Amino acid sequence: MIDITMPSLGSDMTEGTLVEWLVNIGDQVSKGDIVAVIETQKGAIDMEAYNEGKVAEILVQPVTKVPVGTILARLESGSDIPKSESKLQKGSEAVSTGQEENVEEPFSAQKTQPIQSAQSARLSSPGSDVRASPAVRKMAEDLQLDLSLIKGSGPSGAILLDDITGLVDGSNNLDMASAQTKTNELNFSAMRAAISSAMEKSKREIPHYYISLDIDISKVQQWLQTENIGREPEQRLLLLAVLLKAVAQTLIKFPQLNGYYLNNQFQAGAGIHIGNAISLRDGGLLVPAIHDVEKLSVDETMKTLRDIANRSRGGRLRSSELTDATITVTSMGERGSDTVFGIIYPPQVAIIGFGRPRQAPQVMDGVIVPREMINTGLSADHRVSDGVLGAKFLHALSNKLQNPESL
Amino acid sequence: MNLDHIRTLVIEAIQEVAPEIEADDINPDEDLRDQCDIDSMDFLNFLSVLKNSSGVSVPEVDYSEVNTLNRMLEYLDRKIKKEFMESS
Repeated sequence: MIDITMPSLGSDMTEGTLVEWLVNIGDQVSKGDIVAVIETQKGAIDMEAYNEGKVAEILVQPVTKVPVGTILARLESGSDIPKSESKLQKGSEAVSTGQEENVEEPFSAQKTQPIQSAQSARLSSPGSDVRASPAVRKMAEDLQLDLSLIKGSGPSGAILLDDITGLVDGSNNLDMASAQTKTNELNFSAMRAAISSAMEKSKREIPHYYISLDIDISKVQQWLQTENIGREPEQRLLLLAVLLKAVAQTLIKFPQLNGYYLNNQFQAGAGIHIGNAISLRDGGLLVPAIHDVEKLSVDETMKTLRDIANRSRGGRLRSSELTDATITVTSMGERGSDTVFGIIYPPQVAIIGFGRPRQAPQVMDGVIVPREMINTGLSADHRVSDGVLGAKFLHALSNKLQNPESL
Repeated sequence: MNLDHIRTLVIEAIQEVAPEIEADDINPDEDLRDQCDIDSMDFLNFLSVLKNSSGVSVPEVDYSEVNTLNRMLEYLDRKIKKEFMESS
């Protein structure tokens, strides 16, 4: 039997609410299948199975708030090896002694990522100004609460289950105004706490080295311009999609930058899963991963990027997207700074920062010409790689970007 | 479609990607994306919404012609009138 437990998706997450089961007893599930919807302070998340098996028992019924690690259901599998379904949670508490923890550990350190506020605009029901999930609506109905009177603490004022339970558990005694202040403060401090904890750990434990290279992206910009002619807005490519694809292809030859540093040793990533720092309008920050970018076309990369950006801002992310990036990319965008050196998300070993794309004078064949440039910063773990290797990576990336049509 | 109607569609499209923005917050002659904190992904979403509501799809080469609210309104007005002339 394999336990399915309430996962931890952040160092600050101590409990979560089971909102809905998407499987029934007797259903066969595969690794990666979405089995349930959970709601955390960061919003609604699709919970995935980490093993395959047949659902044998369902122990917790929705809608119930339970501590992280609570067994929610059990899977029957072909194998007799007992194993916790929730590697997210178990890895964080396990003393790493064997091979199995080596596999699990990435999730635990990763869980300190500042994941925030994936709560959803899409949960708003049509014809209503109130943003609330079906579970929230049901609870409000049961309690005969008027949702329009409640100020939500989620993004765009979305009402979270916590907002309701906060109102009814006596702590607020239906004092709407104070409930609002309280939950907003809680969310804000929880977000800072999650970011602090990951960044402190990183700066305390990881000996970073920092290098950068100005990369000429004139050809990429020209190629994009041509590609985007005749494309409708929803089909257009963004520079970032090309950059991500080029990073992934280049990383194939630089495995020392892609993976985890755990138990005093480096483990190369099984795939190239790039975490993308996405800032939310309400000040939150999410770093969802795009999986196996090296296998995607530029169009597919763009499609996935669009999807995770929209789901970060308004919809729902999958638990694996928040936990298994093997490297992170942060991009300043057109209005950002020229250069960015990121702080590595432990246990990853590198973060790539793209500055603002800009026109700058370059010397080519002895002549000064205006070119489209982007500064590319690499922060990497000196326990795993050296600056010389990092510089080689940046030059290889630069070369890749000189042939955008071959990406 | 008069200018007031077009303005309403543009404001609605902005609010789709930047819900906290009110019409009064926007200086019509200053950079729209700067004021509304719209990144390149938001901008594509904004153009999609606007295309569906106004029928005008702004191509990438015309981005510089729609960088303020007033310029965006003039641009859409011109395109909509042109379409009307051609179809009638």
